[in-house]
Amino acid sequence: MFDFSIVTEWINNLLLTLMPQWAATLVECVLVALAIITLYAVFAIILIYMERKICAFFQCRLGPNRVGKWGSIQVLADVLKMMTKEIIDMKNVDRLLHKMAPFLVIVASMLTFSCLPWNKGAGIIDFNVGVFFFLAAGSIGVVGILLAGWSSNNKYALIGAMRSGAQIISYEVSIGLVMLTMIVLTGTMSFSEICQQQADYGWNIFRGHIPALLAFIVYLIAGNAECNRGPFDMPEAESELTAGYHVEYSGMHFGFYYLAEYLNLFICAGIASTIFLGGWAPLHIVGLDAFNQVMDYIPGAVWMIGKTFFVVFLLMWIRWTFPRLRIDQLLTLEWKYLMPLSLVLLVLMAVCVSTGLTL
Amino acid sequence: MSNNNYFSGLFCGVRSLFTGLSVTIKEFFTPKITEQYPENRKELKMFDRFRGRLIMPHNENNEHKCIGCGLCQTACPNGSIKVTTEMLETEEGKKKRSLVSYQYDLGCCMFCELCITACPQNAIEFCTDFENAVFDRTKLVQQLNKPGSKVAEKKPAVKPAAPAATPAAKPQTTDAKSEASNLETNSAV
Repeated sequence: MFDFSIVTEWINNLLLTLMPQWAATLVECVLVALAIITLYAVFAIILIYMERKICAFFQCRLGPNRVGKWGSIQVLADVLKMMTKEIIDMKNVDRLLHKMAPFLVIVASMLTFSCLPWNKGAGIIDFNVGVFFFLAAGSIGVVGILLAGWSSNNKYALIGAMRSGAQIISYEVSIGLVMLTMIVLTGTMSFSEICQQQADYGWNIFRGHIPALLAFIVYLIAGNAECNRGPFDMPEAESELTAGYHVEYSGMHFGFYYLAEYLNLFICAGIASTIFLGGWAPLHIVGLDAFNQVMDYIPGAVWMIGKTFFVVFLLMWIRWTFPRLRIDQLLTLEWKYLMPLSLVLLVLMAVCVSTGLTL
Repeated sequence: MSNNNYFSGLFCGVRSLFTGLSVTIKEFFTPKITEQYPENRKELKMFDRFRGRLIMPHNENNEHKCIGCGLCQTACPNGSIKVTTEMLETEEGKKKRSLVSYQYDLGCCMFCELCITACPQNAIEFCTDFENAVFDRTKLVQQLNKPGSKVAEKKPAVKPAAPAATPAAKPQTTDAKSEASNLETNSAV
């Protein structure tokens, strides 16, 4: 497996020959930030295009197909349109909070985005409590959404924000418990080590068998709810709340919410592929050495992105299949079904690990 | 008991979720029904029940089936049909109504199909032709009977029925109200 840290160390040494330590660190920070922002934008465009096409196919339509071949530059056109739109200044809003809210959401999204391990040695934010950092950074987004609803001085926005707050805080419990379940299995909270283990001993979903598989399903459901998507898009319920918390936003401020929504989907899928499907670890089948060798030649980043898009497809499939839940059904699902189930899974996984039943 | 409901409800719910997912994934792979109109103009075929515009089919001898009774004109809620008739004398000395012009205003038509339901002869129908846009409203007023056309003569075999039909047809007017009043006076007598 190619180790990306060779490249980063080479760049580091090169910079150190040209400038002092602090300047090298600064330049590296800027380079990494540029890389994150570029990846962020590129993935957002790919995801929006993918969503529109997949949604269309599930509804027996063709989707965008006029701008460019198969409508491939439709999203670029939309982005250009969004960027040229005026950002309207509202009267009677809390100016500071109203302008700050989209940035909070996008910052939270970017922080969690940089937690993903792209390849061996290519994790951007990677330290021993990476999973906790991911959960903490992800929660900043809720603050952004609540502030957006509160500062907009609009009933719909406030109701949407409150629903979103209730929903995200509830489902965060499930996400946390499911992640703990997998941490019990791996014994580490660092994303890079979780991936390394899966490269050495096989994917977590196979190692943890029944509890891991159930945990994966619980994670997909709770993750969909975390992204305010799919059957859980209560905060935006357009038939009741027009657009929910971002109803008063226009131009690129709205664009930030839009971007963050799709990137949160990608991050949710990326974390699912990291902790369940092995991250950049290639697929190995015990006994088939030739097959494993071939799989090793595929770069880790391809594995990671491929798995992530597979999970994204699963999430979109769910989204375009089920009707929207009512708010009480939503909370019932979490507190009466998912939360107890994930507690049981945590205990089950602990029992499996302590009695050596894992593969 | 309530515990049983909890678990059976959970499993039923999960099973129904998978049913839904299987339906959508089948839909995902079915051929798409979208018509890409300007490109597929040549091979595009509208479905039979599509109501494009009103036509009066003529046979190869330039004969149509309209007897000029005017029921369609009465039935039309928008007044988009104007039937002009004249009385002709047949060689047997009988007077017979004959169609002069059948004017149809596409601009007024709301495609309700009441005229077609009203027609006793099935002389008019909707065609599936939908490219009806023109630059001038006057072009929307069309004459449906072709120049020089005449009504298709019924087969001689139907002739015995004809004498019975003609007296009944005699008080028939293009106005439904006067017809109703005629019936009333008849019953009063």
